[in-house]
Amino acid sequence: MAIKVEEKQLTLLERLYVLEVVRGIALTTGHFFRNMAVHIARLFGLAKDKKGSTTFQYPEERRPLAPRLRTLHRLTRREDGAPRCVACMMCETVCPAHCISIVAGEHPNPLIEKYPTRFDIDLGLCVFCGYCVEACPEDAIRMDTGVLEFTSFSREGMVYDLNKLLARSETPKPNEESKVKTA
Amino acid sequence: MLLNMGPSHPAMHGVIRIKVIADGEMVKDCDIDIGFLHRGFEKHCETGTYTQCFPYTDRLNYVSPLINNFGFAMTVEKLMGLKVPERCEYIRVIMSELSRISDHLTCVGASAMELGAFTVFLYMIKAREWIWELVEEVTGARLTTSYARVGGVKGDLPSDFDGKCRSVLKQTAEVLDEIDTLVKRNRIFYDRLRDVGIVSKELAASYGMTGPFLRSTGVEYDVRKATPYHVYDRIDFDIPVGRRGDNYDRYLVRMEEMRQSIRIVEQALDQIPEGPTNVDAEGKIIPPNVMADLGKFGKTAGLLKNEVLIEPTLEGTQKRFHDRVRADSKEAWIPPKEQVYSNIEALMNHFKIIMLGHGVRPPKGEAYGAVEGGNGELGFYIVSDGTDRAWRVRCRPPCFPIMGGLHEILVGDQIADIIATFGSVNMIAGELDR
Repeated sequence: MAIKVEEKQLTLLERLYVLEVVRGIALTTGHFFRNMAVHIARLFGLAKDKKGSTTFQYPEERRPLAPRLRTLHRLTRREDGAPRCVACMMCETVCPAHCISIVAGEHPNPLIEKYPTRFDIDLGLCVFCGYCVEACPEDAIRMDTGVLEFTSFSREGMVYDLNKLLARSETPKPNEESKVKTA
Repeated sequence: MLLNMGPSHPAMHGVIRIKVIADGEMVKDCDIDIGFLHRGFEKHCETGTYTQCFPYTDRLNYVSPLINNFGFAMTVEKLMGLKVPERCEYIRVIMSELSRISDHLTCVGASAMELGAFTVFLYMIKAREWIWELVEEVTGARLTTSYARVGGVKGDLPSDFDGKCRSVLKQTAEVLDEIDTLVKRNRIFYDRLRDVGIVSKELAASYGMTGPFLRSTGVEYDVRKATPYHVYDRIDFDIPVGRRGDNYDRYLVRMEEMRQSIRIVEQALDQIPEGPTNVDAEGKIIPPNVMADLGKFGKTAGLLKNEVLIEPTLEGTQKRFHDRVRADSKEAWIPPKEQVYSNIEALMNHFKIIMLGHGVRPPKGEAYGAVEGGNGELGFYIVSDGTDRAWRVRCRPPCFPIMGGLHEILVGDQIADIIATFGSVNMIAGELDR
């Protein structure tokens, strides 16, 4: 069913504009004092669950990240410290940005057939779709580090190799997002 | 006098060039120059598999990427004749409507800011932030969501989604009322928008304009009502229509549409079925490395009864949620991780879906699927030749017909009115230029 959104002509009082200005200012000042009260209360250690402003004082204060948020990749390790990756090339195949390149090598352990001798992710190309994580049949690649800052002065610096990806192989603890994390 | 507005102009959203022949302050003639953000979306879709197209669709209308995701998924499903689980349909409705609200919030906020109402912009972006936080919690990204999959969505809603969503909607409704207080009866805002940028029914129809632009002229056309997709036919909502087709009517239509979207989400949250839950799990949760190693070395006795402690970005895709959000079809079905880790059949299925030339392969044919995007009818036309890549993908961006007719709308108004009219178009260069 359709509803009309017809709006009446402005009345003389509204045309005079003074009342409208007062109404608008009343609304914005209301917000100002409400937020200011929260700021002051927080200054004295009260109202911890409220926030006076919607913004965050980055980089000192970090936005809480959702658990599902896809962030910097990491590779997980086996118990003996070797990468869990078996170089099955699933992530390389599914990657829509073609930013993963893997070179497979033969593993000395006969129970593990292959392992990656090279595993490069070019973060300058990565679109953070998370397909690699979904495609991995070994839980070898994850995107749960919570790291959002990985900048570099050069394009080469954006290419993360096996060592850099394995450096964060431990599972990050939850609620660690307030700490400053840099790549 | 020939005046160039754009391609990079502070008041032009995105890169677009308007060549204006001005007579004093009046626009005598104008020409719109588009294509500065052309990325070759359609061609890209032909080179990648169907699954790989979803990140591209994120970047069409980048203010409401979820609607694009679902539109594309829906068309491929149509091609394959797939039936999506009911719960998944509801998730799609909820996420689409949240995206629509964020789209309209951005449009109204940005166009009000260009007319000098900066407070409106800040309040609306604040509300959009709440919605994007919800989107982040569900999809794992704020903007480049890639949430839809052929035959379903990536994961189920988080457990506390219902309450959070309702409180966000309540707060958003309050923001909308505040915006109405600030600008609706504000004389400056009213006079800048009323009877400016008038579109007639005939003009809108002849150019093929849809969405709030068409509805502001009084034509009751909404894809959600005209050809109900997902589960929109089970939900009670109204289509707001204007009468004059001017900028003010478009503002009112957008504001009312956001309220209707809130209504839709609330109803969908009430109606959403729990869906089938896989009950063979015994409640034992083991780490993925343990499960994968046990499966690999043949210690599979009773392994399937366990649930895996899944990677947080894959939350909601576990075996017990899997049937709720993914179609039961091996052609498009990436198995839950528990099965991939523990048995060879699922692992093979997993590989088959991802391997080049073996993935999602719709039969030969063609399909057109349309969803109601933020700006109007967003259509995808896909021709399949039976392989895992589309032979041809055509996207019908809702902005494109509007921009095609914009030069007729702008003529006769003043130069300053270009900003107001252009703001009400909500031109998104990502979907316009594709």
